[in-house]
Amino acid sequence: MEQTRKERIDRGLKVRTGGIYAISSGREIMYLVGPRLLLIVGILLVPLFLEFAPYWKRVVNIMCVYALLALSFDFLANYVGLVCLGGAFFVGVGGYLSAIFNVYLSIPMYLSIPLATVTGAALCTVLLLPCLPLRGVYFAIVTLMYPLLFTRVIEALDVLGGTNGITGLDGFPNQYVEQYAIIVVMLLSLFAMRRFVSQDIGLVIRGVKDNDQAVRASGINVTSIKALSVFIAALMGCFGGAYIAHLYMWAGISLFALDFSIIPIASVVIGGGGTLVGAVIGSFILVPLSESLRFFGTLRIVIYCAALTGFIVFKSEGLMVYLQRKYHQFERWVKV
Amino acid sequence: MSEDYILSVKGISKSFGGLKALVDVGFDIHAGEVYGIIGPNGSGKTTLINCITGFIKPDAGGQVFFKGKEITGWPPHKIADMGITRTFQIMRPYHSLPAFKNLIIPLWSPRAKTTGGWRGGGKHGDRDTVAVDILEEIGFERDSRVPYKIASTLPTGYQKRLELARCMAMRPEIIFCDEVFSGLSMSEIAGMLPLLEKLKMEGITLIMVEHRLRELFRVADRVMALNFGEKIAEGLSHEVIEDKRVKEAYLGSEKV
Ligand SMILES: Nc1ncnc2c1ncn2[C@@H]1O[C@H](COP(=O)(O)OP(=O)(O)OP(=O)(O)O)[C@@H](O)[C@H]1O
Ligand SMILES: [Mg+2]
Repeated sequence: MEQTRKERIDRGLKVRTGGIYAISSGREIMYLVGPRLLLIVGILLVPLFLEFAPYWKRVVNIMCVYALLALSFDFLANYVGLVCLGGAFFVGVGGYLSAIFNVYLSIPMYLSIPLATVTGAALCTVLLLPCLPLRGVYFAIVTLMYPLLFTRVIEALDVLGGTNGITGLDGFPNQYVEQYAIIVVMLLSLFAMRRFVSQDIGLVIRGVKDNDQAVRASGINVTSIKALSVFIAALMGCFGGAYIAHLYMWAGISLFALDFSIIPIASVVIGGGGTLVGAVIGSFILVPLSESLRFFGTLRIVIYCAALTGFIVFKSEGLMVYLQRKYHQFERWVKV
Repeated sequence: MSEDYILSVKGISKSFGGLKALVDVGFDIHAGEVYGIIGPNGSGKTTLINCITGFIKPDAGGQVFFKGKEITGWPPHKIADMGITRTFQIMRPYHSLPAFKNLIIPLWSPRAKTTGGWRGGGKHGDRDTVAVDILEEIGFERDSRVPYKIASTLPTGYQKRLELARCMAMRPEIIFCDEVFSGLSMSEIAGMLPLLEKLKMEGITLIMVEHRLRELFRVADRVMALNFGEKIAEGLSHEVIEDKRVKEAYLGSEKV
């Protein structure tokens, strides 16, 4: 019997535009920047299409927050090698800090959000520091426990507004600021992260994932590299939290909800781990999907889980990995 | 005086539960020397390297001095930063990175940034170019695509070289080589020997753990033998190999 196997070959266009070759035609330029342009322009135009659907505008905002969380998960899991279930932790800390700054200390919103982002990320990093030298599931477990711990502390001691939360945060001046603030930050984070991981420091971070012993033997402090990575990931999460708090003009214990930890992971699975873009695309699919399924009531979760399982079984590599391959390579069957 | 030696190891012991992996091992090494450590499987050679380079803590009482300064129990990255680095017996390349990108990490290290690393690569703006230079120096053909291949897909011979290159890139003072010859063919080893000579010429002190005695004796100035965690002989290579206890350790007692 004649045997064949599938062969994958880089498209000529990819070879020409990669590496040292000079870019010479409009087609080649489009090949390189086209997909990026599509994403940027597409997402920037979304608010205009939703002019008469204010409810869906909110969904897009939340979707972008989830995209930030998914980015931070993808970065930590697939570049640093830390499985972080701390989306809720980051969002909660960022949200509450922003509320404290804005309501208790009367710091205006345009300062309280950045301030909460940075101090929140620093706080999260310090709290996670003890489990950074450990390997295995410890980091995942601790990141999952902190939100529960904070929730119970706030409830039990009735601090920070207790179960009612902190109310009276400043809202955004208008819908456009509200929407473009998160869209622009999300896009900037995406492209900044993609740039960051390809720098030399990004390689060191990937080295920690591949083989932390060899990084140690090279005279680099692995724990501080991990701490830096957690700080960067927490920046994105805490911004998301601070943004949501101002969006709802309220910071309550629902900011520590498990959704913020789980949905980003599902988004990365669907979008394709390790691509960063996949994390964003995954959230763009998952969040609106789960929103439109609200109609089905509790059955929503069933449909949602079925879709997710299907994805894991049939396209476990993730959407972006698949699309990138199709974009850059063609396939053909050859005789063995 | 311990200041005369680049590395002084005194009374290192290590027990894993009931198992005594090392018992009161000590030795001194001059700068620029090639020092061999031999011993049957499980005699504690790798454990000794781990204790000296900080990857495991030796039992209380042991001491390690580098240029007269005590470094016992320091974390591995600090010891490496002083200029003591190592290869791993089980090869550990950064498997998802291309071969030359493996060297960016040591070239980025604080030590390479302050001392310049190999050929000044740490201070050089373009680390990629220096990384490919180092690989060429260590026997990766530059014009082939080997330096650009993903590290995990490289054949064993290249991976062993990559281990050494990773150490070289930091421009260390001491390199511990844990069985860099094992798993290599005779011709591959023949290709490695000049490389080790070159490192020696550069003034780097080499401490080599080996099972391939013949090849080791071609480069080593002095040799130490371990058996069941104890130092049983030390001296010039032909003296050590003639030693009765070493013969027994390798071949079993003659009385059997
Ligand atoms: N982390 C550990 N926990 C428990 N026992 C260990 C550990 N590391 C090493 N040992 C034991 O210590 C002894 C010495 O091991 P070591 O790896 O140092 O030997 P070696 O001389 O390097 O052997 P080889 O030539 O096979 O590499 C062995 O009996 C080994 O089983
Ligand atoms: Mg060993």
